[in-house]
Amino acid sequence: MQLRVIDKTAAVPPNATLDAPTPEVRLFHMLERVLSRCVTGALLVFAVVTFTFLLINLAPGDPARLWVGPGAGTAELEAARQALGLDRSLPVRYWSWLVRFVTGDWGTSLVQQRPVTGIIASALPHTILLSAGSLFITYIGSVLLGLFQAAHARGFWDRTLSALSLLAYGIPAYWLAAMLVMVFAYASARYGWPAVLRLPAMGASALDAEYLSPWGQVADRIRHLILPLTTLGVIGIAGTSRFVRGAVLDVTHQNHVAVARARGLRPWRVQGLYIMRNALVPIVTLMGLSLPALFSGTVFVEVVFALPGMGREIVSAVSSRDYPVVMATTAIFAALVVVGNLLADLFQGVLDPRVRQP
Amino acid sequence: MKRVRRRTRDWTMVVGLIIAVLALVSAVLAPWLAPSNPYEQTDVLATRFLPPFSTGPDGVTHWFGTDRFGRDVLSRLLYGAQISLTVGLLSVAISTLLGLGVGISAAVFGGRLDRILMAVTDAALALPRLVLLLALVAIFNPSLWLVVVVLGCTGWMPVARLSRAEIRSMLSRPFVVAARGYGLSTWRLITRHLLPNTLTPVLVAGALAVGNAITLESGLAFLGLGVPPPAPSWGSMIAGGRDALVFAPWIAVFPGVAIAMMVLACNLIGDGLRDWLDPQSR
Repeated sequence: MQLRVIDKTAAVPPNATLDAPTPEVRLFHMLERVLSRCVTGALLVFAVVTFTFLLINLAPGDPARLWVGPGAGTAELEAARQALGLDRSLPVRYWSWLVRFVTGDWGTSLVQQRPVTGIIASALPHTILLSAGSLFITYIGSVLLGLFQAAHARGFWDRTLSALSLLAYGIPAYWLAAMLVMVFAYASARYGWPAVLRLPAMGASALDAEYLSPWGQVADRIRHLILPLTTLGVIGIAGTSRFVRGAVLDVTHQNHVAVARARGLRPWRVQGLYIMRNALVPIVTLMGLSLPALFSGTVFVEVVFALPGMGREIVSAVSSRDYPVVMATTAIFAALVVVGNLLADLFQGVLDPRVRQP
Repeated sequence: MKRVRRRTRDWTMVVGLIIAVLALVSAVLAPWLAPSNPYEQTDVLATRFLPPFSTGPDGVTHWFGTDRFGRDVLSRLLYGAQISLTVGLLSVAISTLLGLGVGISAAVFGGRLDRILMAVTDAALALPRLVLLLALVAIFNPSLWLVVVVLGCTGWMPVARLSRAEIRSMLSRPFVVAARGYGLSTWRLITRHLLPNTLTPVLVAGALAVGNAITLESGLAFLGLGVPPPAPSWGSMIAGGRDALVFAPWIAVFPGVAIAMMVLACNLIGDGLRDWLDPQSR
């Protein structure tokens, strides 16, 4: 074990203030950081929607033809082109589209014939619930698993669990979802397993949910989330736990932990306050970075379990070339990633005082 | 202790290589290995949903059963390896070249170009790759080559970041300074000194990316937005077997196992390559 030597003669600028910054100053720095992240995030969403707009508008194919259908005549087609604004030049179209997009007028779905904002408003809560739930499960599960593996590093269980999580990490989300449905919805019903193991195969709530008591409705929603969350949780934990294990092992060998042990602190105190507290920081960064992958997973899970969320909307919009919905869902997914990263960043400030420093 | 650990690492890489070689062999030799034609539908009513190990009316044994159109699942799996490997390897080749181009020019030329390229990279990284793929697929008609190109064009960002970081750390090292002092042109500096030294991390990332690309290819096919049917993509095989899970689970089970094995192989090879090529991490 090598102890790091602290050089007390290290150069300190003569006029450096060694006092801790006042709460006001800290708050100011935090606000500054949040604000700058918000601006970058907004720019990012702007770049993404611009890119998608260009792609869609420069692509072959005629949305007007799609809108009116193959049986329409030339006059109808022209009317549709005018209604969709396709008769104007690209920059004009982009500008007017951007103005409407920023002011919240996201157009009408070509297929569903209802406002895109309405579609998003009904789909977004499902996706947020699903991803927040799966993040929570992934976080708790991988921290527990990682701590366990780090405690038994290189032992039998560590190796077995590492191999299992490497295997589970390669499983496609939609296949795992289908397998869970096969076992816990079909096989369990067929072989009369206990009711706890007989879970719904699809949907966000039962058909008769409206006739249930309020608590019954909540229980019903939770029952419908068990399999989707298990799918995302298993894959998330498999991907994250080995980083937790690594982070914990890294911290375990640092000086402050050795000192804490030497002082005779109880093992759980060392584990919780000295190791985990520090290992959490890289894990939070990792979770922020893994958000795009998580949203990819929710797309598949929503499709398999027929959950009426953003993933199902984007897939059906893409299949039917419903461009306004494609634009909106892409923008929302980008915004979700930005917001998630901002939250991870803030959470990191909570965990690690060094991040809070200007 | 160290020696034991080293042995297990070698062993896992061997497992990965064995799976990869098996996949490669089944892809290349599919026309000879496959017991029957993966596309052919004969007497659908008599041959559909035959369980594994059963023999069809024509006397052919279906080791992995048949699907809803009476096509042999094993044959489709073998031909599916062609699609998976083509898409996986070609798309990663494209994205590696793109990423190296972006990363190297950002690092070598620096300044404003560096900032612009890295801003674009960060922006592209922030979007879920599947969403990006879906947006691209929405515009064009799906085909095998579209999937290859689209996966290639959406996977370059990690390579760009990686190679930029590697090269930036190399630019101030004595051998680069010396090479510059000799008056080496930028192009020769890149091809002779910088590129060979970035290959290790790029190769490791490439192995992992192949697994990722295979998952995404099958995912797109599962959603009906990838390589179009009747091509035996593993993803569309799972999609086709999803309605029959109750009474014919083998249709969806086998392709999923195949995908998981391929991704596992890529991860094992990637980890093994890192240990093998980079002595520091041993």
